[in-house]
Amino acid sequence: MADLTRLTAAETAARIAAGEVSAVEVAQAHLDRITEVDAKVHAFLHVDTEGALNAAKAVDERRAKGDALGPLAGVPLALKDVFVTQGVPTTCGSKILEGWIPPYDATVTRRLKEAGVVILGKTNMDEFAMGSSTENSAYGPTGNPWDLTRIPGGSGGGSAAALAAFEAPLAIGTDTGGSIRQPGAVTGTVGVKPTYGSVSRYGLVAFSSSLDQGGPCARTVLDAALLHAAIAGHDPLDSTSIDAPVPDVVGAARNGDVRGMRIGVVKEFGGDGYQAGVLERFNESVELLRELGAEVVEISCPHFDYAMPAYYLIAPSEASSNLARFDAMRYGLRVGDNGDRSAEEVMSLTREAGFGPEVKRRIMLGTYALSSGYYDAYYGQAQKVRTLIARDFDAAFAQVDVLISPTTPTTAFPIGERADDPMAMYLADLCTIPSNLAGNAAMSLPCGLAPEDGLPVGLQIIAPTMADDRLYKVGAAVEAAFLDRWGAPLLDQAPAL
Amino acid sequence: MPGITREEVAHLARLSRLELGAEELDHLATQLDDIIGAVARVGEVAADDIPPTSHPLPLTNVMRPDEIRPGLTPEQALSGAPAAEDQRFRVPRILGEEQ
Repeated sequence: MADLTRLTAAETAARIAAGEVSAVEVAQAHLDRITEVDAKVHAFLHVDTEGALNAAKAVDERRAKGDALGPLAGVPLALKDVFVTQGVPTTCGSKILEGWIPPYDATVTRRLKEAGVVILGKTNMDEFAMGSSTENSAYGPTGNPWDLTRIPGGSGGGSAAALAAFEAPLAIGTDTGGSIRQPGAVTGTVGVKPTYGSVSRYGLVAFSSSLDQGGPCARTVLDAALLHAAIAGHDPLDSTSIDAPVPDVVGAARNGDVRGMRIGVVKEFGGDGYQAGVLERFNESVELLRELGAEVVEISCPHFDYAMPAYYLIAPSEASSNLARFDAMRYGLRVGDNGDRSAEEVMSLTREAGFGPEVKRRIMLGTYALSSGYYDAYYGQAQKVRTLIARDFDAAFAQVDVLISPTTPTTAFPIGERADDPMAMYLADLCTIPSNLAGNAAMSLPCGLAPEDGLPVGLQIIAPTMADDRLYKVGAAVEAAFLDRWGAPLLDQAPAL
Repeated sequence: MPGITREEVAHLARLSRLELGAEELDHLATQLDDIIGAVARVGEVAADDIPPTSHPLPLTNVMRPDEIRPGLTPEQALSGAPAAEDQRFRVPRILGEEQ
């Protein structure tokens, strides 16, 4: 039998439903693959062997009884360690939550279980999802399967690396400023940030509540759509959840077509600071879209240049408030409680010991931006920029159906290169941040390798709010055309681990 | 906009409940100064007549029916507590000597 870890999620589910292979065999093949390669990749913080095999067995039993199985039943998945999982450790990549076992499931976790998805374990990430390289994990970095000395992107580097290393065909990420799309781009995988409010944040440990959005990661556009459909939809437990039908993303992924579509190239994303090979592959994608029958025009979004400064005020401000919950009182680490010190002293000692440098930096920055005397100049101004960016999108989408850009300005950079240079690190999210600020949907999918380093490049497709299906319609057309041109999926070119 | 001083950074650390070491304070002061200098650009474009956006969705006051539903048991709620006693979180003293 063909290697079960090389199948797509759609193929895997079809084979399980047809009885050609059992869900337990599929789960075991992936657990074996993790055992074989994860010491090198370090995509996982926790592997739940017993839970995965039990979930797979339940799918096999349901099939044996003749129950109808859902479209992802029995398919293994790697879950970012920022979603709580009842009975399974959840750390958010932080020492402050080391050993914590949540007493409940996130809505995303619950929906995955209900869909018969087999959760293999929890993936590595930048601490509390703050970062673009996964180097900010308290548990050590993750290697990019294309070159283990390079970063897999972040914050969801573990999820993206698990896909690229064939440890799982599906993964879940969260995208606050690009944490699904940028790891997708640098690992040659597909990542989608759905419209804000379409995937429940209940049980997603909060970083920046007005920006955080869970979403699907996969190796193909169709697999991402199937996972998107499984996790999206209204949730009464999240007061910012959109109470409206989820667009037909699976139908769109099955009917990729750009003929007659108007596609806008974001003028502000390119030029200085962009790697030559990234621009070369991007320009090739633009030509491809024209060949496929789309009308491609240039669109200016003049305020996108201010998205990064606005983001690095808004996200840290919200983080400084959200992370106040780590107070050493109710769960997590407690340091220095000698019976003599006050609660406040214990709190300060615990947070000092439990948080890493980037988290401290952002808490401090947020506290500064929100403090009296500075609030109007920083947080207040950033909120106005947010309005201007949303208006840029409105004006753009009055002219075109989707926008496109490179996902991130460079390919995967070496581990350590930007580790203590926050401003350089923040540049990785230049092109992804505007959609978080405005809340609309966006996808990254592979568009080839940069000639100078042989590393994957991501194409970003950006759609209006609640028009997530357009991402899949365009993405599927681009994917099919590239597959035709390359003769095999891009990941087939990745070196053996 | 003037740069951020070491004293300000120490004050922020106290507000943030972070017991930073001296070396960490120096390092952070430099980095925060760089970052604040870069993000101050938001002041260049946002004029008085632009309304602020706090959230991407125009939602307010989402309510649900006031119905009793099962929640966590005390044992579950206390399962991650650093210290617990008599079905309560046990915490260090919260009042000072003078209180």
